[in-house]
Amino acid sequence: MASQAAATISPLSSHKPSKKRFPWFSMAVLMLALIFFLLPVYVMVVNGLKDAQHVSLSTMWNLPETLGTGGFEGAWKQLSPNLLNSLLMVVPATVLSSVLGSINGYFLSKWKFRGSDALFTIILFGFFIPYQVILLPLVQFMQTIGLYGSIAGLILVHVVYGIPVTTLIFRNFYAGVANELIEAAVVDGGNKYQIFVQIMFPLALPAFVVVGIFQFTNIWNDFIFGVTIVPNPAAQPITIALNNLSGNFSVDWNVVMAGAVLAALPTAAVYVFLSRYFVRGLLAGSVKG
Amino acid sequence: MSLKSVASTEARLAAPVVAVHKRRWIGKNFDSFLVLLPSFIAIVVFVYVFIGITLYVSLSNWRTLKPDLSIREPLLQTYADLFAAPRFQSDLRNTVVFTILFIGLSVLVGLGLAILIDHNLKQAMIPLFRNVYLFPYALSFVVTGVVWRWLFNPETGVNLFFNIFGINSLLNKLGYAPLKPGWITDPSVVLQVNGLLAKVIPGAGDISIKLGVPLALIPVALAASWQLSGFVMATYLGGMATISDEVREAALVDGATEWQVYRRIVIPMLRPVTVSVLVILLHVSLKIFDLVFTMTGVGPGFATDMPAIFVFETMFRATRYNLAAAAAVVMLIVAALIVIPYLVRSLRSEEQ
Repeated sequence: MASQAAATISPLSSHKPSKKRFPWFSMAVLMLALIFFLLPVYVMVVNGLKDAQHVSLSTMWNLPETLGTGGFEGAWKQLSPNLLNSLLMVVPATVLSSVLGSINGYFLSKWKFRGSDALFTIILFGFFIPYQVILLPLVQFMQTIGLYGSIAGLILVHVVYGIPVTTLIFRNFYAGVANELIEAAVVDGGNKYQIFVQIMFPLALPAFVVVGIFQFTNIWNDFIFGVTIVPNPAAQPITIALNNLSGNFSVDWNVVMAGAVLAALPTAAVYVFLSRYFVRGLLAGSVKG
Repeated sequence: MSLKSVASTEARLAAPVVAVHKRRWIGKNFDSFLVLLPSFIAIVVFVYVFIGITLYVSLSNWRTLKPDLSIREPLLQTYADLFAAPRFQSDLRNTVVFTILFIGLSVLVGLGLAILIDHNLKQAMIPLFRNVYLFPYALSFVVTGVVWRWLFNPETGVNLFFNIFGINSLLNKLGYAPLKPGWITDPSVVLQVNGLLAKVIPGAGDISIKLGVPLALIPVALAASWQLSGFVMATYLGGMATISDEVREAALVDGATEWQVYRRIVIPMLRPVTVSVLVILLHVSLKIFDLVFTMTGVGPGFATDMPAIFVFETMFRATRYNLAAAAAVVMLIVAALIVIPYLVRSLRSEEQ
């Protein structure tokens, strides 16, 4: 059952017969593309590992001459508080917006009421607005309720603006769960809330992983909310701190590169270990589902 | 005649059933609405009410730190100011140029890689290549901006390749100056069309900025494509996996070459995927902020400034609230023109 439901998120499983051949030209292009996509990563890691004496613009492509912590020590000293801020923001925001999305998605797909599709459309539109158009009232609103400049404020913002996309993905997921399952549970005397808690919630585990990764990546990588809602450097998430570090000309270049690695590491790790789900979330997020 | 009577009999039979069913259905699920109410209210406030406030500010006299919410006369004067501002004109030019470069590159690379992977790799090899190409998509635009800013710094990065691969020493021997493009520091605008436009469109001669391709924008489009062409590839690969092999093999049996199978069958069948990809990329490019902000900022002579940066700086640094709000409203209208037809279409096809 669970695997059937998971398959509705995206039809990734394919069934190709064995491939005919390996034309060298196509393979050469694919290999060159591999190098192209990895080059900036190489620059980031290699120059982050160089120490202050050996990092120079004219030798950017060279490997480090000495083995050591390079710029990472400095970057960690500067950025670890912001790394913690990001973590304190991203975990609650991801969990809350996923739970809200799963509830909304369940009722919007399995217990429709008059106007539920219209209501869904109204919610979904929030996913597509350029956030510039809400920034000014948002800042004033956060000041009014006393959450301006705080991690709690950022959590609230990410949960609210996460509702459209988490609702979308869960609605698509639950739409793919067979109605017979619900009918059988109703016959057994369950109401829609019991069915949600006892059957649908556990069934939706794959969808939670997908939505969780999607939201974790989006919220961790956010820049615009962090930079407008939290002006205080000590409370800022890492993306904003990295940008400040990069614009500060008294900071060594190897420290900036090491800082970029630190900021990229959490989402990169999620990507490397859970790439299957990552791809599903990407396909599910492109609306058509 | 007979068809009509059958239809009306059916309608008479069906009508009361539908009515009863409908009434029970609304009553039964009204509590679903109550469960959704908190989310609904949050979205109404944070999206629709906030947009309304921004719209109001764009029509007001609020031009300094001191709030002034009186309506400005004439009503759309701030919008007129906005479109007359050379900086915003540059932003519109940059958005158009960036969109063309970025979408062209991303789709070309993404679709090309998807076809090469689909055609050449064994099933077991696909995830490895796909995951490397898609990797940049998992990173923050800020990280991309910070790294690519150095890759296109004229003193280092790609310019070092001209030395490493001996191109500059060759040029030196031939008596030419070494290659050293300014990349993101180059303020020039090439392929200018001002003269042409002035002839075709009356009044276009008044445009004060250079209409063309700002060279500094090209590295930015490259960085954005580096980040998103993997997304395009993964989306196309997902679509290709749904096309059955029977369809392709039938075409091959009929004498089509493998290239023709892609051009005539696979790509046309993936039209819905193409539409999704284009809408998403268009949406990314209209909103682009973090990447440009960290990589180049506004650029030399506003060569890489974008509407999103304009709004941010005009609002929070220059505190010209009505002007910034007007620019934000323009961004919203353009985004809505692209997204709403797409949403309506998606939801309609879902109902069928």
